[in-house]
Amino acid sequence: MFNSNIPEGPLEKKWEEYKGHVKLVNPANKRSIEIIIIGTGLAGASAAASLGELGYKVKTFCFQDSPRRAHSIAAQGGINAAKNYQNDGDSVFRLFYDTIKGGDYRAREANVHRLAEVSASIIDQCVAQGVPFAREYGGLLSNRSFGGTQVQRTFYAAGQTGQQLLIGAYQSLERQIALGNVENYSRHEMLEIVKIDGKARGIIARNLITGELERHFGHAVLICSGGYGNVFYLSTNAMGSNVTAAWKAHKQGAYFGNPCFTQIHPTCIPVTGDHQSKLTLMSESLRNDGRIWVPKKQNDTRKPNEIPEEERDYYLERRYPAFGNLVPRDVASRAAKERCDAGYGVGSSKQAVYLDYESAIERYGKIECRKHGIDQPSAAVIREHGVAVVKEKYGNLFDMYAKITGEDPYSVPMRIYPAVHYTMGGLWVDYELMTSVPGLYSLGEANFSDHGANRLGASALMQGLADGYFVIPYTIGNYLANEIRTKPIPTSDPAFVAAEKAVADRLSTLKNINGSQSPESFHKRLGKIMWDKCGMARNEAGLKEAIEEIRALKAEFWRDLRVTGDINEFNPELDKAGRVADFIELGELMCQDALQRRESCGGHFREEMQTPDGEAQRDDENFSFVAAWEYKGDSQWELHKEKLEFEVAHPTQRSYK
Amino acid sequence: MEHYTMNLTLKVWRQKNKKDKGGFETYTVNGISSEMSFLEMIDVLNERLVHEGKDPIAFDHDCREGICGMCSMYINGRPHGPWEGTTTCQLHMRAFKDGDTIVVEPWRANAFPVVKDLVVDRSAFDRIIQAGGYISVNTGNAVDANATLIPKDDADAAFAAAACIGCGACVAACKNSSALLFLSAKVSHLALVPQGNPERKSRALDMIAQMDKEGFGSCTATGACEAVCPKEISITNIARLNAEYGRAGLTIDK
Amino acid sequence: MGLTGIFLILFLIVHVCLNACIWAMDGGETFNIAANFMGAMYVPRVLEIGLFAGFILHIVQAYMLENQNRRKRSISYQVPMGNKGSKWYSRYMGWLGTFVLLFLVVHIKNFWTPSRFGMPDGYTQTYNGVEVHDLYRLMKETFENVWIVVIYLVGCLALAYHLMHGFQSAFRSLGVYNKRYLALIKGVGVGFAIIVPLAFAMMPISFLLKWLN
Repeated sequence: MFNSNIPEGPLEKKWEEYKGHVKLVNPANKRSIEIIIIGTGLAGASAAASLGELGYKVKTFCFQDSPRRAHSIAAQGGINAAKNYQNDGDSVFRLFYDTIKGGDYRAREANVHRLAEVSASIIDQCVAQGVPFAREYGGLLSNRSFGGTQVQRTFYAAGQTGQQLLIGAYQSLERQIALGNVENYSRHEMLEIVKIDGKARGIIARNLITGELERHFGHAVLICSGGYGNVFYLSTNAMGSNVTAAWKAHKQGAYFGNPCFTQIHPTCIPVTGDHQSKLTLMSESLRNDGRIWVPKKQNDTRKPNEIPEEERDYYLERRYPAFGNLVPRDVASRAAKERCDAGYGVGSSKQAVYLDYESAIERYGKIECRKHGIDQPSAAVIREHGVAVVKEKYGNLFDMYAKITGEDPYSVPMRIYPAVHYTMGGLWVDYELMTSVPGLYSLGEANFSDHGANRLGASALMQGLADGYFVIPYTIGNYLANEIRTKPIPTSDPAFVAAEKAVADRLSTLKNINGSQSPESFHKRLGKIMWDKCGMARNEAGLKEAIEEIRALKAEFWRDLRVTGDINEFNPELDKAGRVADFIELGELMCQDALQRRESCGGHFREEMQTPDGEAQRDDENFSFVAAWEYKGDSQWELHKEKLEFEVAHPTQRSYK
Repeated sequence: MEHYTMNLTLKVWRQKNKKDKGGFETYTVNGISSEMSFLEMIDVLNERLVHEGKDPIAFDHDCREGICGMCSMYINGRPHGPWEGTTTCQLHMRAFKDGDTIVVEPWRANAFPVVKDLVVDRSAFDRIIQAGGYISVNTGNAVDANATLIPKDDADAAFAAAACIGCGACVAACKNSSALLFLSAKVSHLALVPQGNPERKSRALDMIAQMDKEGFGSCTATGACEAVCPKEISITNIARLNAEYGRAGLTIDK
Repeated sequence: MGLTGIFLILFLIVHVCLNACIWAMDGGETFNIAANFMGAMYVPRVLEIGLFAGFILHIVQAYMLENQNRRKRSISYQVPMGNKGSKWYSRYMGWLGTFVLLFLVVHIKNFWTPSRFGMPDGYTQTYNGVEVHDLYRLMKETFENVWIVVIYLVGCLALAYHLMHGFQSAFRSLGVYNKRYLALIKGVGVGFAIIVPLAFAMMPISFLLKWLN
């Protein structure tokens, strides 16, 4: 059951050939085939809408009160597509190549090439749905640049691109609901996969309002539940984002791919204290115009505006002259950590660097003054015009910063620090997005497939929508064509009964521990272990300690947890307890994975493996594989290695210098 | 920015479930930092309640960065609290001072029944979208994205309307519990892009019919919705919806 | 509501223009002739029926709207929103309208009923051989009573606030969303809401303070 099913043939022909020969399900048969989709973010909503349009009977599940709340909505910067509208040399190949290189050669070529191929159709589809992308005065679509690339291929809608794309997918989903092709279950959480004869055949879901357990049959189940960054407690993920659906799938036999590959985003608002519940991202697009610096003097306590130009260290520009402030996220994050660890950090916590817009304001101000024919403008006039431009481009982000910190980012440099943002790892899937359990699929951030060890900015939205709109509608047919004779299995089947009982037992166990500590407090402690020892930099000793600490935490959790309220009612504490229990188990696996991967690549930085000048040192000979972990029981996993073949993009040392 | 700590009195609406009558409970919270967000202050209180073996306050929240639209508290007589253009999750405690009493209530509207404490059921909004808040285009049917030119001003205006997060503050603020700002934002978004043209008549009529069916009131243009909207959706959208509705009512041919 | 509102606004324009004739300083001649024109001619009489219908429709609509809207929130807030976000007069259109209505009852009894169903004896004037009701005199004597004047002033004030919201709102209901037009309507609306009720209010005051000869 471990075959990536990559089609034969040259890379650029694989997807086309596949589509030409894949099995189809005729429309009459589609009407009797049921598909369950967990999660209604970009991947889930787009898949549900597309499959509903094809005529399948679809059920969607989300824990939020509406499909529109899924955390895809918070993506800010944009979505990549190889449209080459800017005539700056972009192509499908270049998007493919940038993504493979950006992922530090740890992604599957065939998947990434397919992603680049369908990227252009995504933009077309979204525009047809009415997504109001930013436009130029001539009425054409506008683009901007993002980290890790040298072309402008990012489409955007101010700083709310994810919101606009999700609303587009959500509206398509609601249309299918109105037409009766899709049935949506909001405030429902999937708590178990039901397998019959080795195939995924349904789920057990809990109605979060009444607490009742429900059984749902499906010929196939799609996990589109997003990433697991919240294992770190503090992240840019939503409070509810969790690994539970993916983890249940994993425990039912789906391999977990590259769990240690975590993206730490360089530009987030720093932590202010123990009360902190989440971190807020400041879009990567800010690095287009902002300059990042720290004082040249250690422990400098002067205010930023009092530090003269020559005493500032623009360390990204210094270290990476070719890409400057636009190096990929992993590189920028590590560089910030390096400066802060060396004692150059700023702010009261000293765990922050400056993101400064002064020079951008001046540059734009001068351009505007020239445009308006103002001769020899004073500094104040230049500033005024510059601020207006910056406001138009990034106003919502600056406002967000001001609301959180109470500081005015137009006059004082913003303080930023890296934070957990995205998880490249996830359920292992083959070329068809099927996990190692037949009939169980995974789409979007929940799977591991396209970003290797580091995701480029504006590629998450692309992948989620590619999987949902343009990949799964084809690949799922290849499986379902063999299922047309399978009648819907009644949910009185013993497999459903047993699964439901297992879920009920676990819930009552959680409820009846009757200890003294809240789920939240365990989550915080787990997050601290993960951040300290499996965060931006990892080493063998730390990871081993972390594993021990997590095991101890797990034991304490099952001994001393307190869940207030009852099982059969609306009970966010109980929901949270279940999610934290899964995070604890995942945390251990992440550390195991980070421990076995004795190389540095992308977001995974092993301190033992670095070049003399402090850059990540990859080991292609020994680690050019996907780590696919099979669950074997409590704290036990078996590692399977999927060898990565690079026929077109040959691995080289990544250099952004 | 000077930081400070404060002691506060909270009066919070507690209601066990939809059928329960509910009532206010008073809590005191001490040592709250001005750097905390409002929801983090509630987290602190909830952690204490759990510790005391009491049921913590249920409230909706998710992204905590002002975009998912899940948070929904009516704080001291204003949806999402005292700051303009802000969601509850973005409200920070420096908006309050030591010794303040803060009254927290759920959204009040019959179309938004209380689920528990401060959590309400906003599924009516989904059903309004189902009535026509979309463009009927199946995946794969699209022409090239640049084949249709859209003037920048129209695209910007469509975006401004599409920025609605569906939180329901407009309904909570409206003395008539009208959902017209929400609805008009969607109708405006889709009326301002050419792709939305073919369905604009039925969209306006059907969505309004659904809104009435869901039990929302009608608009009397007091402007409260616009004032509390965290995304500052303009009430002008309601006027545009009225135009769409009027035109559709006069010219629809079925 | 918007349509009937605009219809009533049109009526107000006619009414205020006509009444402004009292300031012609001719002992009420212009005014009485103008009033006679409105009372005696066929077209204004038909319009008058429309006017009453408009009033009734406006009131019935308002009552139904308010009644429905009030039932949409069974449990009200502990801390009301008050003026955080809306103007008091926008929220209290129903009350303002009721005040205007009460005023109208007094107003109709004072002037419309006598003029239509029989003036007191002697209240006639003859201009160019045509005998007309001397409404001017009726006004003059009515407004000698300071309490009546107070009632009129309250009525005008209620009307002013009613218009302050109603004027703009009516156009919004009809679907005016163009930014420039909206700005214009806002300006005109505020001006109208101040000038027209002020003009009306000045009439009883003019009589009371004997500014007219």
